[in-house]
This record gives sequence, structure tokens and C-alpha cells, in this order.
Amino acid sequence: MAPLLQVSNLNAWYGESHVLHGVDMTVGEGETITILGRNGVGKTTTLRTIVGIIRERKGEIRFAGKDMANVPLHKTAHNGIGFVPEERGIFSTLTVEENLMLPPVVAEGGMSLEEIYELFPNLQERRSSPGTKLSGGEQQMLAIARILRTGVKLLILDEPTEGLAPVIVQRIGEVLKTLKERGMTVLLVEQNFRFASRVADRFYLMDHGRMVANFPVAELPGKMDMLHKVLGV
Amino acid sequence: MTMIFGIPLQAFLGQLLIGLINGSFYALLSLGLAVIFGLLRVINFAHGAQYMLGAFAAMLMLEYFGINYWVALILGPIVVGLFGAVIERTMLSRLYNLDPLYGLLFTFGLALAIEGTFRYLYGAAGQPYSVPAQLAGGTNLGFMFLPIYRGWVVVVSLVACIGTWLLIEKTKLGAYLRAATENPVLVQAFGVNVPVLLTLTYGLGAALAAFAGVLAAPIYQVSPLMGSNIIIVVFAVVVVGGMGSIMGAILTGYMLGIAEGLTKVFYPEASNIVIFVIMAIVLLLRPAGLFGRDA
Repeated sequence: MAPLLQVSNLNAWYGESHVLHGVDMTVGEGETITILGRNGVGKTTTLRTIVGIIRERKGEIRFAGKDMANVPLHKTAHNGIGFVPEERGIFSTLTVEENLMLPPVVAEGGMSLEEIYELFPNLQERRSSPGTKLSGGEQQMLAIARILRTGVKLLILDEPTEGLAPVIVQRIGEVLKTLKERGMTVLLVEQNFRFASRVADRFYLMDHGRMVANFPVAELPGKMDMLHKVLGV
Repeated sequence: MTMIFGIPLQAFLGQLLIGLINGSFYALLSLGLAVIFGLLRVINFAHGAQYMLGAFAAMLMLEYFGINYWVALILGPIVVGLFGAVIERTMLSRLYNLDPLYGLLFTFGLALAIEGTFRYLYGAAGQPYSVPAQLAGGTNLGFMFLPIYRGWVVVVSLVACIGTWLLIEKTKLGAYLRAATENPVLVQAFGVNVPVLLTLTYGLGAALAAFAGVLAAPIYQVSPLMGSNIIIVVFAVVVVGGMGSIMGAILTGYMLGIAEGLTKVFYPEASNIVIFVIMAIVLLLRPAGLFGRDA
């Protein structure tokens, strides 16, 4: 079966600076994939280029069989790709509920508001507060929750655990497992190694703007020495 | 005769009313400017010209098609709003990736071009537009004589301001607008067509200006320069209220209109500069404006 997302020889630029040098990767339907790598190797850029925020790009991005090269940014979500950015992107002039309801529903099969409130009870309690009055962890939950409503097939998360307390990290791990049970496909960038090993099916290791290794979670123990060396942790 | 602070009550209330009417126009115009600036980050110097276009639309519709005031009040803003949308789509939208100064210079040039064209076609002198028959005359409130049309202007602009505020604060479209003001790229990644939202917003801002223009036509004369006369004051209002704050723009519009009216009672010599003095003080003490979110 063809993968849900197929990225081939992807190059991307920030103005003059050439950041991605031929990224190749695949994400199968229902898989949870984690991209590992040191700071500045192009992990976030990879995600933003797949979503279409970075437009200076070459190479192929094929999603559900469709070539995404000429799809405008505001059509990415309608094709089934949802994005949770690193800075979370909670809107301060919108209430929690307005933030939650903001992204348009693009396909059937998304969670209902009731299901979301069941998964994230805090959001219901605080639905009338301004979005940015939530704690960092709650903001991350909100950033994920609002994409789950939309019915996208692929959830792209940029460092969802960054700067969060261990108990919140654990909670986000549980949420991702619930999503996996529902058949959601997830692509995430993560620095938190332990968190990544609990949720991911497969890893890509990134260095200097390309993927340098690709292995399933079962091979993780045997790769630890190599990873410690490459990641410098 | 009843006196208040040594001023006849009638003169006091009369100027208060004039202040309230001027304030209505300031509020409507600064509201449109604030909406446009909030989302497009463009300082719309063509706002005065769009206000003038509204007044001219009403006058020309009557002259050539016999369209009355009531229809013009709806149709004028629609026509000017569409004109604004076309301008945004074909020209202004090309400037978003450049320094904000380009948007300002473009709209300034646009204002000059529109005003110049109308001055060429209709001359600089004002032309009358009569008050609709239903709103002619006045009513004696006991303490003062209120021309009905002026009362109508105060009420209808208040309704328009509150309506716009509700649209932006309480509807889904308004939520898109507010979110896109904060982070347009992310809103677009969520699947909202932000470029169309920008066009709609500029059209809405232009339509609000034209609405004020139609309202103004029977009070002031319809003249190609009516926009440039009022727009400088309106910019001062926006600076005092804080760029990008919707409610701030509305409240400040009314407040400064009233402040101007009352200055006419107590110290007439200063009435033309009082708004600018307030602006200077606000800039010294609170540079982000009275309702601005951050400096």
C-alpha cells in the first residue's frame, strides 16, 4: 500500500539560506513517526515545508496520492493535514472555546466537541477564558484539541512537550496513544527522547538538512549509543 | 435662564449635541481605520476619500437615477465597499510583503487621485444634498431645539458601531478576523482563505467610511475636500484610542467629539486644536493609546 505521506528529495530555503538538502521520508497510514535530531538540523523546517508555510521548496510531497506542490497554504488542511506549531499558536484575543472552534472542519471523522471535552476536561472548565490565560500545558492541549475537531488524517506536531512539566508530558503521551487507537496518523518532532520512545512506531534521525537514519522503535535499544553520540545528549 | 458653569444651558447642550454628531463621524471613521489597520497593517490614507465617495455616491445616485436617501444609505456603502475590494485585490495586496510605508504611500496617492478626479469633475465648492423628508424639521426638547436629522445620525451611527463591534467580537467571521490579526499564517494553515478575508476587511472598512459619508451629506455639503478635512482629525482619534482596538476607536471617537464640542463652549479659540492637544498628552503619557494593547 502506498504511504499516506511520501516526501522525496525535498529541498527548502529561507531566502538565501538552503536549509533542507533532499529530505526523503514516508509516513504510513496510522503510523506515529518521530523525527529526532540536534537543534538547527532542519526538523521544524521539514514540518513547515510539508504543511506549505515555507514556499521556497523543491522536490516532491505526495499526500494521500496527491502532489502537494501547488496546493496553496489555505488548502493544506482541506487535503487532510493538520498542524500544531512549536509556539502553539493560541490566540490571545479569542476565548478557549473560540480557539477550539476556529479551524474549519475539513472532513468527517473528526472528534465532536463532547469527545474533545471528555479527553481534555480542563478546556471545558476554562472555555470562556482568553486562550493565552491557560497554562503552557493546557495551551498545548488546546492546540492539539482544535486540530482533532477538523477531521484531518495527518496530525503534524512540532515539539509538543517542550517546556512542559513531566506530568503534562505524560498526559500528552496518553492523548497521542488514544489518537493512535482511533487510527490517527501522527508526525512529530521531539527532543524528549523518553517521551518519543513511548509514542512512536518509527524514527527518523535528521542531520544537516537530510534524513540519515530510519528505524522502528524495536531497534531503538541497539541504537542508543549512536543516538547519544549524534544527538549529543 | 438656566446657567451651567456661567454658560447658558442651551448653548452648552447645543455644543454637546454638535460634539456628539462630530463624535459619531469620528467613531465610524476611526472604527473603519482600526479594522483595516488591525488585519492588513495598512494605514489607510484613502479613508477620507472613501468617506467623500459615499457622500458623492448618494448625490449622484439621486441626480442620475432618482435614488432616494434611504436606498443610497445601503447602496452607497456597497458600491464604495466593492470599489475598495477591487483596489485591495488588484493593487494593495501586492504591497503586503514590502515595508508598511508602501501601503501608506499607496493609499495616500489613491486619496489624492480620487480627490483630484472629483475636484476636476465637480469643482471644489460644496453641493447641497437635502435632508430626507421623513427626517426634516426638528423637535423642541424644552431646553433646546433638536433637528431630527442630527438625532438620527447619532442613533444610526451608534447602531452601526455596535453592529460592527458585535460582528468582530461575537461571530465566527469575527473570530477568523481576530485570529488572522494575530497570526495570519497559522489561520491560513488551518484552512481559512486569509487573502479573501483581507479583501473583505478592506471592503468593509471602505463601506463604513462611505456609510459615514452618506450620513454626512445632508449635514455638511458634498465636496471633494470633505474627506481630507476630517481625516486628519480621525487619525488623531485613532492615535488617542490606540491603533487596532475596535472598542477603543468607537469610544474615543465619541469622547473626542464631545470634548471638541464642549471646548467650543468654554474656550472657543481652542476648539480646533483640543483633539491634537489631547493626542500630544496621550502620546507623552501612554504612547500605545488609551485602549492600545501594547506599546
